[in-house]
Amino acid sequence: MINFVLRRLGLALLVSLTVSFLSFMLIFLSGDPAVAIAGEGASMADIEAVRSQYGFDRPILVQYFAWLGQAVQGNFGNSYYFNLPVTDLVADRLSVTVKLGLCGMGFALITAIPLGVIAAMRPNSIVDRTALLFSVVGQAIPSFWFGLILIVVFAVQLRWLPASGTDSWKNFVMPTIVLGYYAMPAIMRLTRAGMLDVLNSDFIRTARAKGSSELRVMFKHGLRNAIIPVVSLAAVQMGFMLGGSIVVESIFALNGAGYLAWESIARNDLPTVQALILIFSMFYIVFTLIADVLNACLDPRMRSS
Amino acid sequence: MTSPLLSVRNLKVDIPSGSGTLHPVRGIDFDLHRGEVLCVVGESGSGKSLTSLSLMGLLGRTLERSADRMEFDGINLLGASGRQMRKLRGARMAMIFQEPMTSLNPVYTIGDQLIEALLLHRRMPRAQARARAVELLEKVGITAAASRLGQYPHQLSGGLRQRVMIAMALMCEPQMIIADEPTTALDVTIQAQILRLLYDLVREMDMAMILITHDLGVVARVADKVAVMYAGELVETGTVAEVFDQPLHPYTRGLLDCIPQPGKTGRGEPLGTIPGIVPSLVGQVDGCVFRTRCTQAGPACLGPIPRRSRDGHLFRCVHTDGYAPAETKAI
Amino acid sequence: MTQTVTNPTGAAFDRDPLLEQILGPTPGQMLRRRVLGHQGLLIGGAVIALLALMAIFAPLIAPHDPFAQSLMNRMEPPVFLGGSWEHPLGTDHLGRDYLSRLIYGARVSLLIGVVAAVISGVIGTTMGVAAGYFGGRVDAVVTFLINVRLAMPVVLVALAVVAILGGSLTVVTTVVGLLLWDRFAVVMRASTRQVRAREYVAAARAVGASTPRILLTEIMPNIANNLIVVVTLEMAHAILIEAALSFLGLGVQPPTPSWGLMVSEGKTMMLFEPWLVLIPGAVLFTLVLAINLMGDGLRDVTAPENRN
Repeated sequence: MINFVLRRLGLALLVSLTVSFLSFMLIFLSGDPAVAIAGEGASMADIEAVRSQYGFDRPILVQYFAWLGQAVQGNFGNSYYFNLPVTDLVADRLSVTVKLGLCGMGFALITAIPLGVIAAMRPNSIVDRTALLFSVVGQAIPSFWFGLILIVVFAVQLRWLPASGTDSWKNFVMPTIVLGYYAMPAIMRLTRAGMLDVLNSDFIRTARAKGSSELRVMFKHGLRNAIIPVVSLAAVQMGFMLGGSIVVESIFALNGAGYLAWESIARNDLPTVQALILIFSMFYIVFTLIADVLNACLDPRMRSS
Repeated sequence: MTSPLLSVRNLKVDIPSGSGTLHPVRGIDFDLHRGEVLCVVGESGSGKSLTSLSLMGLLGRTLERSADRMEFDGINLLGASGRQMRKLRGARMAMIFQEPMTSLNPVYTIGDQLIEALLLHRRMPRAQARARAVELLEKVGITAAASRLGQYPHQLSGGLRQRVMIAMALMCEPQMIIADEPTTALDVTIQAQILRLLYDLVREMDMAMILITHDLGVVARVADKVAVMYAGELVETGTVAEVFDQPLHPYTRGLLDCIPQPGKTGRGEPLGTIPGIVPSLVGQVDGCVFRTRCTQAGPACLGPIPRRSRDGHLFRCVHTDGYAPAETKAI
Repeated sequence: MTQTVTNPTGAAFDRDPLLEQILGPTPGQMLRRRVLGHQGLLIGGAVIALLALMAIFAPLIAPHDPFAQSLMNRMEPPVFLGGSWEHPLGTDHLGRDYLSRLIYGARVSLLIGVVAAVISGVIGTTMGVAAGYFGGRVDAVVTFLINVRLAMPVVLVALAVVAILGGSLTVVTTVVGLLLWDRFAVVMRASTRQVRAREYVAAARAVGASTPRILLTEIMPNIANNLIVVVTLEMAHAILIEAALSFLGLGVQPPTPSWGLMVSEGKTMMLFEPWLVLIPGAVLFTLVLAINLMGDGLRDVTAPENRN
């Protein structure tokens, strides 16, 4: 078990390093970053000045480790556009995105798991078919379009909810639904498939043969087994959701890190983009790490191996 | 004669499906008395497992059960509610399954699974339930029983798991145990041990047992009564002596010819086989179900086959002459 | 053809119903029956075929030039909202015929879907098959790369890269294609491992077949059905990402008629003319839904034992 956690930690570290290198390399994608920073019409001397000021004249690996050393300490340099430390900018916005991510995941889990369980209990029933319809639609609906429809209906026609901003919990309702609906189909389907699988297994029959009630069979014996893969999926989806917050936040003008990412990309503000890519990646890496460890705790077969 | 513990008349199991209803169990009758061991034999797909599951009320949702009578210790199982059945299951009737490797829940300890039935049916403190679990684990021959309680199924071998399953079935001291091929999935040497253990415990605790098997050697050794099942019908039932010494149904004779008998089967002499396969179970069968594989099959086999009796030894065949049609009384 | 049914023991009956039951349909007949009985597959396939025809024959079908502006006829409503048959789906904020733009937009979506799925399919399948077949160090490296790829937020990275390189159709397609190989690698790795462990692969190796030959004739045919399912899913994924990038204004650039871009352009007028947003979004949704239905259907039909 300890071995497993250590190995998993090592992998996470290695992945983080690679991702950080890739996001660092982003600034070289555009060609010469010094030219980009110096701006149009800059003289050769200006460009050279920028080059040495930012240290672009050093070997790439040296630059990378210098950047990484600062990044580890929470210093991602200054934003080209806002002219503020990137760390302050991001820290300011991140809480909104994390809040949104948690709400979205909560919404997805609360709808997906019960639906998946009920659907598996009565395959091909009305509930099952409705759940399937929901998940098929959810997988195909473009989230930006779904968000706009919600705005038209609930903000404009019914006037129940504000269309944009971050002032109250009401602002989070529609973004939560859009983001949660994005993660819900996969979780629902996995729960359903897992439950169907588990409910057909011999130990469920054993539980019934002991005289367990249906509820006990479903939850104590069934869901407890079926939930193990769902934990991993939820972690992965959580990472994807934070990455996908860029779309949702820009529709609802939620002033979070996703919105910041969109702004900084549109303005070619590379230090901010680098930092955000790295931070979103780190979220994913940490979530999946936690999920793997949690899985090992939930599944005795993994715990002892 | 005392009333039987379990009495079944005209039990049927149907599986409705798109291409016609399947009839895997086609109206079977038998009685099981207290402390009696009944062996049900027959090849794969003959409906043995479904019969046992329907007795426990554990058939899947898509399967339909019907019967004229199904009584367990005076309780009408046909009219029993889900709640009443749950009270019986695990407490007064228990089941041991074929697959010890998958019949235990992988995420709970042996101890938790053992005491579950006890806690469900009897109010008792956990510690007391655990003590009972240890006692039974020792009884089924598991060493270091107390330390096993904290182990998970994957840490045990197949033989050990089946011992755990047996202990689990015995936790509430049921009146009847149904063992569905309990040794099929195990190594041959382990098979003999487990069967011996099960037999001794059943005799010791004076339980009735329905043992489903296709090992005729086992049947000869442990059974009081035998029921031979073919294509969803009980083609022959009787005591071990009756069925083994004077088989009246061609199928039973075929089965018995398949096993070598010391002193009777000559060296190098081929063993008997029954050609063909079990018929599909879609739709009703008119006439004898065994006629497609029977060496004696003739036109008479297409007509109705009455159940016939010789002193309680029942069989369904038109060919063995000289016996009276059976009354509606089984075994 | 009349089948003579004989009792194996020799005692024959004429057409005994008991024996006839044993004969069933062939595997081919069963597959055809599953395809024809699968509503999702049929509907999805029909919708995709329709939209593909629309994309291919766009110049013949489109009533107007999708780029021709007519500021006099801006934001005319569709015919079902009181517009004229001249512009059946109305016109946009620059007076361009909405139906024509929609028809040409199918080209963008389908092109991105197909090309990106091919690029990522080649990358991911190569990696996955190599990892699954060779195992050991190759597997470790591929698994690591998959982990790295999954950690990177797709939309964000695609958006950043496209923004830096400039939003042409080629760039968007290539970037999306280079980013979406993860599922191919994961699924192909798992299927290859499964197939590799089968006896017929061992048999091929035992008779001296070369590694490329085994991969091509033993492994590939047996993982092809899984590959097709992933292709459809990733096509849908790529189409959605392109639409999202274009919607955010950092994907395909105007005046290219892309459905995501049309939603984005209609967004400002959404509160007055909601159909500007509803129509292109609905078509996009329909296409993605159809592709997913087909993917699910293909999985059901080709691997009925894996149905959930």
